[in-house]
Amino acid sequence: MTKEEKREFIKGILFTSPWLIGFSIFVIYPVVASFCYSFCYYSVIQPPRFIGLLNYKDLLTDPIFWKSLWNTFYFVIFMIPLGFVASLSLAMLLNTKVRGMAFYRMIFFVPSLVPMVAGSILWMWIFNGEYGLLNNFLIKMGIPNPPNWLMDVNFAKPAIIIMSLWGLGQTIVIYLAGLQDVPVALIEAADLDGANWFDKLWNITIPMISPVIYFNVIMAIIGGFQIFSQAYIMTGGGPQRSTTFYALYLYQTAFEDLRMGYASAMAWILFVVILILTMLVQRISKESVYYHGG
Amino acid sequence: MPQGKGIKFITYLALTACSVVFALPFAWVMVTSLKPVEQTMTMPPTWIPKTYYIESAGKKLEVKKGIVTHEAGAILTVKEGPREGERLFVPNSQLKDGKALLQVQIADKVVQGYYPVDIEKEVQPGWIQVIEKLPAQYEKTEPYWTFVPPEKIIEKVKFWLRNYLDVFVKIPFLNYAKNTLIVCILGVIGTTFTSALVAYGFARIRWKGRDFIFMLTLSSMMIPFAVLMVPLYGVFKAFGWIGTLQPLWFPYVFGTAFNIFLLKQFFMTIPRDLTDAARVDGCNEFEIFWRIILPLSKPALTVVALFHFLYAWNDFMGPLIFLTNKDTYTLSLGLQVFQSQHGGTEWHLLMAASAMVILPILVMFFFAQKTFIQGVALTGLKE
Repeated sequence: MTKEEKREFIKGILFTSPWLIGFSIFVIYPVVASFCYSFCYYSVIQPPRFIGLLNYKDLLTDPIFWKSLWNTFYFVIFMIPLGFVASLSLAMLLNTKVRGMAFYRMIFFVPSLVPMVAGSILWMWIFNGEYGLLNNFLIKMGIPNPPNWLMDVNFAKPAIIIMSLWGLGQTIVIYLAGLQDVPVALIEAADLDGANWFDKLWNITIPMISPVIYFNVIMAIIGGFQIFSQAYIMTGGGPQRSTTFYALYLYQTAFEDLRMGYASAMAWILFVVILILTMLVQRISKESVYYHGG
Repeated sequence: MPQGKGIKFITYLALTACSVVFALPFAWVMVTSLKPVEQTMTMPPTWIPKTYYIESAGKKLEVKKGIVTHEAGAILTVKEGPREGERLFVPNSQLKDGKALLQVQIADKVVQGYYPVDIEKEVQPGWIQVIEKLPAQYEKTEPYWTFVPPEKIIEKVKFWLRNYLDVFVKIPFLNYAKNTLIVCILGVIGTTFTSALVAYGFARIRWKGRDFIFMLTLSSMMIPFAVLMVPLYGVFKAFGWIGTLQPLWFPYVFGTAFNIFLLKQFFMTIPRDLTDAARVDGCNEFEIFWRIILPLSKPALTVVALFHFLYAWNDFMGPLIFLTNKDTYTLSLGLQVFQSQHGGTEWHLLMAASAMVILPILVMFFFAQKTFIQGVALTGLKE
């Protein structure tokens, strides 16, 4: 390094040193430690004891582990397409030129700001089988025996998906920003060629916003696999473990049963699953995401 | 658009219909938070909180509604037997010659028998039971009740603002709010300043290893919290911080990957000429950061501050794991504990408390709307 380079290096390190310190303590150390714990028996009370691959082996035969993995996949598999269709259509609605748009935009965005606890309490009340708003509405619509949502093994997960759709505001705003970048000239040209609404959507809008779709899908995967608070507050994982999502089971294992090593092994499996899915999406996106101007 | 009015009308219709669905839950929180408890569990649900009164001895008595009778009967007092002195409603089918068919407990057995009674008032089918509402301090006293024909009940719209005060009595709301504010404010100040400093180091200084470390920073956002939380618990335990507020703000004082990324993107858009001129004038690197970059970055810094405030205000999992002491609970955790203890019984208070947790965020959003939306768009698109 020349003298000049050295000076810049020291400056750079100095400016970023708070982060480098914090990063080491609160990210690098935990990641390494978690990896080590995953091969240990660790109950906090006693120091960790090395047990090799036993945690991973036990996980393979743990029915609740598989159940929680299935529950989480169920949530993600339904949430991603539903969330995509709902948020993109709402964003398209919000991208039209009508009066009072600022107000409409606010209404769709605000639910995503509501603290998860308050939102969960509110939705528990809406889903209440006896007095809930939703079932009262369904009965009025002529559905005589609506399900007791959060108490019903088959409907508890769909209930949580419905609630999550309500909180899509940030995704909607991101799509909206993407839609506003679609060149008007392209749409006008297509209009001249006599393209219909669907042609324009499929051949212009979607390809033009594909980077945004890619971003949102990745975020949905990362977020979806970590779903926790709603289930913890609304159902505690029930009924019959039908809403024991992966992160919830992990939390219960670590902080209720104090099986920290076992939980660390679970955490690493989660990490690998998210990583694989993200890479898969990236692979697909290489062929279908269109970056304009770049 | 060539189709013109038809399309516009459909757009409005769709927008309005969807907005109603999105806004309804909020309306429901507000309505429920203003109801007396017995009206939170009516079927069908009612949208307007009401209070009921009856005229009694020339005075208006505030009451709540109880059961509705389907057969004629009487309000009476038992004259003798094990249940002597009790005031009851008994349907006519269980009344005979001034005696009422009652269930009584004799030794270990419940048996039925006729006991003499004093009739106080005849009740017709369709009459509604009304029960006097007692202030909270008289909760142990038996409230006065009677049956009246429906038309005798006077109905008035009344918003039960008292629920909001009761929340402060039932849960240490102020203490939770104070804790939450400490976590929010310390976190916001820390993360905004440090993230800016670090972002400057990544954006405006060329040094060896910079790009690698920045990539590391970015990829750390992919790590699920689940991987970090067990060792973090160990770290904070070693510091003696479990049960205190420190774990909820201290780590953010070192900057956060996401905010560093955001600010770095922003700093890179500031023209180099500006800083070069200052450098010629003899400013050192920190002075350039402090005097030129920071003042020019107010919008981006505001976004970062708002986002962190929002995050800390809404955070649930952090407090759940690290707070073990009721005195240090934050609002989300306090609300959750209150709900798990009283869920299903005190919906009116639960909703009032929820409304108070949501409200500051809404007020903030109202004043910082543009910044919020810009921020979301900015962060979402620059990836």
